[in-house]
Amino acid sequence: MTGHRSDTSSKTDARKLPLSGIRVLDMTVVWAGPYCTTLLADMGAEIIRVESIQTMGAATRAPFARPSQFFIDSMPPFVGAMPGREAGNRPWNRHPLFNAHARNKKSMTVDLLRPEGLDIFKRMVTISDVLVENNPTETMEKLGISYKELREINPRFIMLRMPAYGNEGPYQNHRSLGVHIEGVIGHTLMRGYADMDPSSNTNVYMADAAAGVGGAMAVATALNYRRRSGKGQLVELSQAENALPYLGAAFMDYSMNNRNASTLGNRHPTAIQGVYPCAEDDTWIAVTIFDERDWELFCQAIGNPVWMSDARFANHASRRANHDALDGMITEWSRSQGHRHAMEILQSHGVAAGAVLDQKDASEDPQYTARAMFEEAFQEDLGTYSYPRAPFKMSRSPVKIDRGPVRLGEDNEYVYKTLLKLSDADYDRLVESGHIGMDYAPHVK
Amino acid sequence: MPEMALSDLKVLDLTHGISGPYCTKLLGDYGADVIKIERPGSGDYARQIGPFPKDVPHPEKSGTFLHLNTNKRSVTLDLSTESGRDVALKLARRADIVVESFRPGVMADFGLDYPILNGENSALVVTSISNFGQTGPYRDWRASELIFYGMGGELYSTGLADREPIKMGADVGLYQAGSVAAFATLSASFSAREAGQGEHIDISIMETQAGSIDRRMSMLLAYQYNGELSGRSADGPNGLGGYPSGVYPCADGYFQITSGTRYFPRIVKMLGEPEEFLDPKWHTPEAQSDPELEAEFDAFFYPWLMARTKYQIWEAARSANVLSGPLNTMEDIANDQVFQSRGAFSNVDHPEAGDFAYPGRPFIMEHSPWSIRRPAPRLGEHTDEALSESGYTADDISRFREKRVV
Repeated sequence: MTGHRSDTSSKTDARKLPLSGIRVLDMTVVWAGPYCTTLLADMGAEIIRVESIQTMGAATRAPFARPSQFFIDSMPPFVGAMPGREAGNRPWNRHPLFNAHARNKKSMTVDLLRPEGLDIFKRMVTISDVLVENNPTETMEKLGISYKELREINPRFIMLRMPAYGNEGPYQNHRSLGVHIEGVIGHTLMRGYADMDPSSNTNVYMADAAAGVGGAMAVATALNYRRRSGKGQLVELSQAENALPYLGAAFMDYSMNNRNASTLGNRHPTAIQGVYPCAEDDTWIAVTIFDERDWELFCQAIGNPVWMSDARFANHASRRANHDALDGMITEWSRSQGHRHAMEILQSHGVAAGAVLDQKDASEDPQYTARAMFEEAFQEDLGTYSYPRAPFKMSRSPVKIDRGPVRLGEDNEYVYKTLLKLSDADYDRLVESGHIGMDYAPHVK
Repeated sequence: MPEMALSDLKVLDLTHGISGPYCTKLLGDYGADVIKIERPGSGDYARQIGPFPKDVPHPEKSGTFLHLNTNKRSVTLDLSTESGRDVALKLARRADIVVESFRPGVMADFGLDYPILNGENSALVVTSISNFGQTGPYRDWRASELIFYGMGGELYSTGLADREPIKMGADVGLYQAGSVAAFATLSASFSAREAGQGEHIDISIMETQAGSIDRRMSMLLAYQYNGELSGRSADGPNGLGGYPSGVYPCADGYFQITSGTRYFPRIVKMLGEPEEFLDPKWHTPEAQSDPELEAEFDAFFYPWLMARTKYQIWEAARSANVLSGPLNTMEDIANDQVFQSRGAFSNVDHPEAGDFAYPGRPFIMEHSPWSIRRPAPRLGEHTDEALSESGYTADDISRFREKRVV
């Protein structure tokens, strides 16, 4: 366990977070949308996840509400590594898939498929600032939620939609995860082993990470406009279009030279670069040698072996031309080194190098420890564990994990009784009619 | 009514390369006034990074630089000189935001570190973007896109079990860091405005990977919760288990699908509900991890794929809500009619480089649109203009020029 309470702030600190006072209704799914609201929550916005105990999407909280042990055991760790691989009483509150992005949020439940549910939602709109959703376009239409109507209810209201490709046109209802969006915008053909077919590519979700932070930026931008103009607005973030600028050089190369980028594997356009095996099984060191001076430093760091004077390695251009042979020589060295040791030696000589950190390595990494990258948080269905914190540190704003991953319906009392001022009797009626609860209805698989 | 959302913000941009300039581009493209400080002579090193038209290197024609520096004004300034520092401080006094991406310690060497900037302008938000952050044992270490992904992100689990870990494409991690920095910076400007007191934001590119939803946070949590490591896929490219999942060949290229578990009925629908897949044997939880059934499925599926183009398959997938997409080239995407008709790309005419299509807006705002008001600046193009706005006379500026401060 490497958890640390952030020491830069405390409960008594009167300083406010930048987005405190902003209430966000969160109808996001899977990763891209939830990561957006995670970042808004880190900055102090009050995030209220609008969930339902009558339906469950398959890729947000968990694949199944009540998974069999067979299924639990078959899930990859990032989805299903619940403590002890045990479902517990409420498995939907225990999956790493969801809990990684569920810090600092609140959750209400309401069945939007029934008129009184939609009415409750609209009452929430009157007292909120922002709605974020990243569903296929038709989902909002089917629910009867349109920005046009929400704006009439609350002219200052901001709605961020984050479709995969766009809210109009032929691609509006294509179902895509980040990995598919990346295929569409060209990333997938730009990565992977250079000596293998693209079908060897495994899944990455860069587009989710991009959309999450892009969405947070979009909300902040719209809030700045609202502060100045008094007006809310509709913002549409196409996840594909948001991630395309990340491939700017490749796009510009097509624009300028009609050239299609292909994968370089682990290589660099101008440097010597690779991922080399180290002494222990499945340990690796990543090295980048940018120029002539780096090469001299690298030679010193690994003890100036004889092969370095080989004519093939005489200058940067010849080393680039003989990259395969050079990789073989570097591997001879790296195989005798511990991956962290290799990193320390190379970095102490000024060479860019990094041990490839598995999840255990990262959890124990001295840099993370020094900067408190993990913070402990409690949640009733889990206990106390360490979680990676926000990806920024601020000197004045007290950013921290205030609350562990939110449980389904955890904040119903707060939302219905404190915010919407419902009587106990009305609240109980909504419990009975299956709007309010902390457990999925028995029919939900 | 303001036309652009961020037109009230003045940014002093001391960044170079990719992460920092992407941060300030996001601010500038939505309206902020960005003054980019470049080293006299060579400028931002991204000017040396390609691609270049016809592959002829030229400091005003770098595709990377042109893309990353729209809507900025370029001022050359030697920050290591006393007068250069004075000019920077004067610019910082009238700015709301300073973004810098020097190695930790360099701003202090210039006499421009946070305490000094805060002393000049207490409401200033100062964002520092660095490899590993402003503190900690790795503070002064060097890095690259590959190394950030290896130390911060999920390089370890990307690729095949019997091969080396494999990076993502190009510099996507560096862009992500820039985007995180932009969000943090803009957010901090809200409290700076309200409290009249700014702050220092410390962006570690490594941490932007560690705190990323691209698997890393969930995989770190799997280790915290149950001691489980997430490695590279041992069972081929599928990774998530179940079938069909992964990249498949088709008539004109490749197509990617995620299925398995409860999504299999959608696949059957996409295939036109052939009778053999209506058999209940396909629809048990165990079926998705049965290698014999998978082989039987593949024997049907590969010929089905090879008889269709990637866009034909995508259309069939859409009608059945199958999570999927074609693997496009840049040519495919640049010529895609849907993206074109949405205005996903933006043509920018640059006086030296020429007129090219650039990636367009990351998000569409109904009332306060993204726009390219000016192409990336030529080196020092706005030195006189920006300095005279700050109160320097023509004489001052020519004196600076003689002393090679600008």
